[in-house]
Amino acid sequence: MASLFEFLVAAFLVMGGVFGIVGSYGLIKLNDPMSRLHAPTKATTLGVGGVLLASLLHAAVFEEHVSIHELMITLFLFLTAPITANFIAKVHIHRQETRETMPPAGEDDHWATHDKPEDEERRTAGRPDAAQ
Amino acid sequence: MIENAAYFAFACFALAMLMNLWKIVTAPDIADRILALDTMFINAIALMVLYGLALGTEIFFEAAMIIAMLGFVSTVAYARFILRGNIIE
Repeated sequence: MASLFEFLVAAFLVMGGVFGIVGSYGLIKLNDPMSRLHAPTKATTLGVGGVLLASLLHAAVFEEHVSIHELMITLFLFLTAPITANFIAKVHIHRQETRETMPPAGEDDHWATHDKPEDEERRTAGRPDAAQ
Repeated sequence: MIENAAYFAFACFALAMLMNLWKIVTAPDIADRILALDTMFINAIALMVLYGLALGTEIFFEAAMIIAMLGFVSTVAYARFILRGNIIE
């Protein structure tokens, strides 16, 4: 039984290491800035998740104390990774792209993040809740 | 087996951090630099947890938690500073 858990911990460690290195290699390898955003936010988060799972299992089986810290760190990382990715994407959109270089925005003529104050007024002009 | 796997993971994350450092130096735009710094924070958390696992102690989890929180806050603050010119308006 102990050797099974040993194998499991080792597998999680190797998996975490491989995903971590894939995430960081993608960061220097990919060409497009938005593709580069892809690699670290997904692969590296998964890599850290693997290491944390290994640590959780190791503490529970071999050191005989169950700790909740790893789960807290995992939860925190999984919650904050999309927020940081969103912020970095927004920095890219505002520094590198203009309204003309963005992909089509469907029924509107541009994306809301590129709004100017007069666009805001025009959009809310016909609405009953625009008075205040 | 666990020891060798831990060495492998150490090597992977150390190499990943070197790649992040390279990206910070050669990044074409500031968004890439923020992204590389954020990835470096996450790799630092992984190294911290690995070190705690290798030594069999608990005390590194607090450090990893603090790194996670500081990493999130500093990435958001940096991105916001670039976007708006100040952090808290």
